[in-house]
Amino acid sequence: MSALFPLSVRGATTRRRGKVLVGPVDLDLDTEGITVVVGPNGAGKTSLMRLLHGTARLHAGTINWACDVKTARNAQAFVFQRPVMLRRSVWENLAYPLVIRGVPRREAKARALDWAKRVGLAGMFDRPAPVLSGGEQQKLAIARALISEPELIFLDEPCASLEGRATREIEEILMAARDAGTRLLLSTHDMGQVRRLADRVLFLLAGRVHEDASASEFFAGPNTREAKAFVKGDIVE
Amino acid sequence: MVDLWEGLTQAFWLIVSLDAELAEIALRSLRITFTALALACLIALPLAALLAVRRFRLRRTVIAIMNALMGLPPVVVGLVVYVLLSRSGPFGALGLLFTPTAMIIAQMIVIVPLVASIAQQSLRELWHEYHDLLISMNVSQGQKMRTLLWDARRALLTAALAGFGRGIGEVGAIMIVGGNIDNVTRVLTTAIALETGKGEFALALALGFVLIALAISVNLAIHWISQTEREGRW
Amino acid sequence: MILRVVAVVISACLAPALHASETMRMAVTTSFHNSGLADVLLPRIAEDIDLEVQLLVVGTGQALKLGEAGDVDAILVHSRAAEEAFVAAGHGPRRTEIMYNDFVFVGPGEDTAGASGAASATEVLQAIAGTEALFVSRGDDSGTHKTELSLWEDAGIAPEAAWYRAVGAGMGAALNTAVGMGAYILSDRASWLNFGNKAEHEIVFSGDPVLFNQYAFLPVSAERHPHVKAGAVEKLEAWLISPTAAELINGYAIDGEQLFTFNAEPAG
Repeated sequence: MSALFPLSVRGATTRRRGKVLVGPVDLDLDTEGITVVVGPNGAGKTSLMRLLHGTARLHAGTINWACDVKTARNAQAFVFQRPVMLRRSVWENLAYPLVIRGVPRREAKARALDWAKRVGLAGMFDRPAPVLSGGEQQKLAIARALISEPELIFLDEPCASLEGRATREIEEILMAARDAGTRLLLSTHDMGQVRRLADRVLFLLAGRVHEDASASEFFAGPNTREAKAFVKGDIVE
Repeated sequence: MVDLWEGLTQAFWLIVSLDAELAEIALRSLRITFTALALACLIALPLAALLAVRRFRLRRTVIAIMNALMGLPPVVVGLVVYVLLSRSGPFGALGLLFTPTAMIIAQMIVIVPLVASIAQQSLRELWHEYHDLLISMNVSQGQKMRTLLWDARRALLTAALAGFGRGIGEVGAIMIVGGNIDNVTRVLTTAIALETGKGEFALALALGFVLIALAISVNLAIHWISQTEREGRW
Repeated sequence: MILRVVAVVISACLAPALHASETMRMAVTTSFHNSGLADVLLPRIAEDIDLEVQLLVVGTGQALKLGEAGDVDAILVHSRAAEEAFVAAGHGPRRTEIMYNDFVFVGPGEDTAGASGAASATEVLQAIAGTEALFVSRGDDSGTHKTELSLWEDAGIAPEAAWYRAVGAGMGAALNTAVGMGAYILSDRASWLNFGNKAEHEIVFSGDPVLFNQYAFLPVSAERHPHVKAGAVEKLEAWLISPTAAELINGYAIDGEQLFTFNAEPAG
């Protein structure tokens, strides 16, 4: 059934101006629901997700999806820390991924309305997206990522600058997506969010996967000194 | 000062009495400039979008040339087009010299770099904003360009208006390639030059005021149209 | 309201103006055009022989160039030597004299150089050079400019001093400059009489036969330029030397002054 998984990553490395941002990374992803990427600033969380998504250059190693790269890319979506809003209405933003895939406008609009209802944006369906609040924009961005029914969604600190209520609403949307069978790879700084959402945790340090464990294992007893310190809330370098 | 006042009153009466010759000349001005502008946009906007989304080796060079060409002297453009279209020139067989078509060609050449440069700047800003999302969505080159052009349409309208302003007020190029023939290629600016040459300052000024009024009305009309759209949606 | 404006615009764009069935292009000099005679002749030509003559108003130099390149069908200019060279080089089959007018010296009302007392054109120029009064020259290789240069030559003066201002412009623009600077200038009578910005300037000298200004009609060679409308040109030429043309040309006057004298050889 799955086109993407299993994913097998071996020695994957990306650099910028000669400096290693991520890697070498070995990683296998298969049946997990929500995988959360944690680690201090600069550990390479964003770079790892971009590398897997294919928007950062793979300088060394391999990233093997169960299908070819182009199919894999089309079965994924990416949500950014600061949502990118097209200068269009809410519904045109939602419909955009469908329209560029050739879905007729009417059908795209109907599906956009369906998703607007699911994420609570139906009331501002015709409003221009750039005037929405931060939380509304992020919900819109997530719905826009989900509308093309991807197998995997990357979320780069989606709640970083949002208040509690918006964060809770977004987490509800993400859990509903997981329950519907979408795999999520999410990075965050919020340890509470990790506890609430994670099925599996990747602890990144200095561009490498320092610890890879199920959520319960990770919180029960991190294996490494750095992970212990990080969970406790100490500064890790 | 007397001339200025006379010019104003004469302009007023020309407009109020719907002077047939004035109307014809003014409409010809509009028709030529709008046609040149439309053709210029067909070239300049896709070019600007391409320069915004695509990184190729000569991109910086092309942009630099385009910016430099914004200051292209119309009279030189006119001269080159004249030589090309003259019966003894390479395109002489077309018989286009001293026709409105020749004026449209010359104006288009004058307008393209201006519209392309202004458009390129706003499209580049928008591309900066959209880059991550569109790359992530694996959007094709053509779709990227279409998305940028559509979402930046208000800024592009401003670029087009700048092009219109340059075209409608331009005299150097169209005088040379149009020849200022009465009833055929005479437009507001060339008529002004002619009346000034005859020492008819009041009439020349009157035509000048009509030209300014026309340029302002077109600008206001277009802003008004885009404003109503904005109010409806934003 | 908007609909009506749009309708007017569209109809104005589409409606063909009331034009004759055949058109041709003729390059004429600014001085001829400024005289206003064209406004009398062209409607009558359209009526009599159903021909719309589109005028390109340029200097004699450019008019001849337009003829050489084949960009016009005929030219009407006033610079005999250049015209004869044009025909000799094969750019046109013949030169037909149509009419003449005359050149006048225009200067400031107080006439600082004392040009009005002169007995000939040569003396006028000597007076101007002697007092170093400002003189504006067309400087554009036009027929008027060429006439002016030959007059200086006759007077034995090489006009190269600071008081000699070559503006490189048409008759009207040069007159504007001369009036603005309080300078003397050589102009054809018609252009001066029709000029709208005379201020304190007036004619200070005229009447010397060397100032007579012969206009000639030159068809452009159809052999070299097959697209030239030779038929229309012939019709126009026949009309220009007809008694109708003679009557209109001799009868054209501004402020009661006759401007042109018809002197074409009758056809046949």
